[in-house]
Amino acid sequence: MNEMTKITTLKDWETDQEVRWCPGCGDYAILKAVQRTMPELGVRPEDTLFISGIGCSSRFPYYMETYGFHTIHGRAPAVATGAKLANPDLDVWIITGDGDALSIGGNHTMHLLRRNLDCQIMLFNNEIYGLTKGQYSPTSRVGTTTPSTPYGSVDRPASPCAFALGAGARFIARGIDIHKDLTNVLKAAHAHKGAAFIEIFQNCIVYNKDVFEEFAAKKTAASTQLLLGNGEPMLFEKGAKGITLNRDTLELEVVDVVDGDWQAAGVIVHDVTNKSVAHMLIDMPFGEFPMAIGVLYDDPRPTFEAAVVEQNAKASEGKKPDLQSLLNKGQTWTVTEDGPEL
Amino acid sequence: MATALKQDEPNSPNPEGAENVVVRFAGDSGDGMQLTGGQFTLSTALAGSDLATFPDFPAEIRAPQGTLFGVSAFQINFGSRAIETAGDEPDVLIAMNPAALKTNVDALREGGLIIADEGEFGKRNLDKAKYETNPLEDGSLAKWQLLKLNISQLTLDAVKPFGLGNKEALRSKNMWTLGLALWMFERDRQPIVDWLKNKFAKLPAVADANIAALNAGHAYGETAEISGDGLGGGHLTQRKVGAAPSAPGTYRTVTGAESISLGLVAGVQLAGLEMFFGGYPITPASAILHHLSRLKEFGVTTFQAEDEIAAIAAAIGASYAGKLGITSSSGPGIALKGEAMGLAIMTELPLVIINSQRGGPSTGLPTKTEQSDLYQAVYGRNGDAPMPVIAARSPSDAFFCAIEAVRIAVQYMTPVMLLTDGYIANAAEPWQIPDVSTLEPFPVSFLKDMPEGGLKPYSRDAKLARPWIKPGTPELMHRIGGIEKAIDTGHIDYAPATHQQMTEIRRDKVLGVAESIADQDVALGEKGGKLAVVGWGSTFGPIHQAVRRAVADGKDVAHIHIRNIWPLPKNLGDLLKSYDNIIVPEMNTGQLKTLLRDQFLVDAKPVNKTSGQPFTIAEIDAAIEENLS
Repeated sequence: MNEMTKITTLKDWETDQEVRWCPGCGDYAILKAVQRTMPELGVRPEDTLFISGIGCSSRFPYYMETYGFHTIHGRAPAVATGAKLANPDLDVWIITGDGDALSIGGNHTMHLLRRNLDCQIMLFNNEIYGLTKGQYSPTSRVGTTTPSTPYGSVDRPASPCAFALGAGARFIARGIDIHKDLTNVLKAAHAHKGAAFIEIFQNCIVYNKDVFEEFAAKKTAASTQLLLGNGEPMLFEKGAKGITLNRDTLELEVVDVVDGDWQAAGVIVHDVTNKSVAHMLIDMPFGEFPMAIGVLYDDPRPTFEAAVVEQNAKASEGKKPDLQSLLNKGQTWTVTEDGPEL
Repeated sequence: MATALKQDEPNSPNPEGAENVVVRFAGDSGDGMQLTGGQFTLSTALAGSDLATFPDFPAEIRAPQGTLFGVSAFQINFGSRAIETAGDEPDVLIAMNPAALKTNVDALREGGLIIADEGEFGKRNLDKAKYETNPLEDGSLAKWQLLKLNISQLTLDAVKPFGLGNKEALRSKNMWTLGLALWMFERDRQPIVDWLKNKFAKLPAVADANIAALNAGHAYGETAEISGDGLGGGHLTQRKVGAAPSAPGTYRTVTGAESISLGLVAGVQLAGLEMFFGGYPITPASAILHHLSRLKEFGVTTFQAEDEIAAIAAAIGASYAGKLGITSSSGPGIALKGEAMGLAIMTELPLVIINSQRGGPSTGLPTKTEQSDLYQAVYGRNGDAPMPVIAARSPSDAFFCAIEAVRIAVQYMTPVMLLTDGYIANAAEPWQIPDVSTLEPFPVSFLKDMPEGGLKPYSRDAKLARPWIKPGTPELMHRIGGIEKAIDTGHIDYAPATHQQMTEIRRDKVLGVAESIADQDVALGEKGGKLAVVGWGSTFGPIHQAVRRAVADGKDVAHIHIRNIWPLPKNLGDLLKSYDNIIVPEMNTGQLKTLLRDQFLVDAKPVNKTSGQPFTIAEIDAAIEENLS
């Protein structure tokens, strides 16, 4: 199927199920973004499989008019691996959250990324356990006060994108639930052959309201977000500032851009295949730097299921799947009415 | 115990003059005793004797040399009659060092023959085995026949021409020993020679050295007999054990791990499917993963997952996608899979779970056998989570059990657990290879078209099974999950009445499996009477032998062997109630006993053993005696 061939409309991707998220939840915006994106991918609902774990985000498959599997806590990547190996033609999307993917299912997330199963992983990061009523999560910042941490959390948070990069992911992107650019991130993820990891900052209106507001708020976005485009200079603040590499410290720095001359300011051009820069973009401390949004890293390599299919085919070459001869393999002897003989 | 003749005629007595011999090879875990035993088994099987084996090895791969805990043993019982156990007491013990002697000699029958490698009985090894004096010299072995041979030196002499180093040369000790054993029982050396040549095709010097050692051991037997040289008091004599009567057909030896793998391949083919096998390494289940990973041409995809949970979760994903998902593990790994089994039960997807039981709880006894996962299999999940459970009784039976597990899984859209154990997994026996054309196919039909009245993924057929729909099928998109769902549509619905009804449907569906299984038969003895000895799994052999003896002595005893652990056969309750007394020998503290008491309100009494070793016939004899009086 050609990319961009519209064979469906948004309506084709909506189920008749009543959506059960809290009013104002960021999940609604993500659901709409996905349903809006699907027709543009030129894919068919019957070839599409949404697989989720447990948590608020994991109800997602029930609202997509595709094949869907709401599995158990943390195990969606493992279920997805089996489904994709069983039928590599399926277009597999994994819907997960910060607790699901990084706490109880951290092991599976790591192995799916290292194996490079062709799928899209959408990690809805709201830095909280919503469905269990607001305990701190592995991405909650130090000092997060919740029912299980009444005096504030003391453990340091995990960085989803750094985790993904460390695990060997070849596509890493960030998006914001209500951001209109989320669609483009989804399209890029889908176009990437292999495991495409997307961290989506998702606002939990009830238990962690506006935790991303400092960079997600629309009115300050120009100065708080670095919107990445492959081959484009890393500019923000309407082009007045940019990101450069300090060649002495080998660290990123914010520089002022005068009269739009970003080259003179030494602003870096984003190359999605540069892993070292991707690492630095992921690690940029917010405040001193803007938050990097968009495709951080995209450098495909052969996928797991393709390698499995290839090896299975090669190992089967010239062999007949004859059950009787399989059973008769090895040293056998025959017993006749007169007794045994070799 | 493997032959069709014996299965068809369980009551047939042993022919007159039939005999059997039990040999135990014991040595250091580096001495190659399992290999020696395996090759001796092969040549014995090729000679037509019936046999059963019991490999007994430590959990450590290479335990410190010469230690008591590093001893590895392999026992084989072979004979010209039906063999159903690896034998109670060895007639011959081959001890490669003091530790092997110490840990095994007490099992030897009085008057039995010890063949000891005296070259290994130096002070250092005696110390390691905690012998204060040399048992080969101090008379402490007087109730047995003792043959002292310097096997180490004899091996070194035999392989000298091949220029191997001392250490390398001594590795052929096991082949020297095997050569002697082959001579003792008039077995053919050629299959072993062929096997060595093949195994060491790239190291011809090693192959030649091993063959020379094998021949030297054999020649030693011949010479020693001719010279009548009684070494250490024991006499080396040759003894021919003839072929056992068995049904005409083609035979091979098979271990449980092999037969389960073959049965799964057969079952999946009979269902018209392809297999996805998700596994994670664990003793003693890994061998199934190893076997299946070499059978890709049969449409088998194997996946070594990151953990036990991923292995079953991937299998469930594959089943959803339209292959048959299979996973395999042992007790601790099965525990990890528990939640995912619930998911398969809730989403009503076919799945086969093989549990090669081992001693527990926790890590327990990784390489020793036990039957202590019956509760885990039948009950071990959260919620009301019914699941069919089948238990194999022997390596050959496991082939058919695997097919049966596949059949139930796909016909009832349910996970099925197949219980085997470390003993069945590793033990070998002769197997009459089935003619595949006699295996009845049970082809799966996926739902492909929109049914009249719209799609209802949780609608049900007469068996209460829901339709199996492959993703990729146009129009039939649907969502499933572990959360409670509405009747028919499968939409999220946890209304009180819905959960009540769905729980009952899931229960009734699994209970309905009893409609498709055979009535419980009596393996040996009469229906009704004084005493029923009820067993399951790998205790079949010792129970059967003990009951056979009791029946031959005119005692009113029957053997009932249960293959379908859940649901139980429909007639089982009535059958059990036709006996005055019921005993249930199990390698656990009484799990089937509890199940039978619960289901049928019968006074089943436990006979338990949890030493990590199979029951001996004598132990069952004693239990029968006690419960008849």
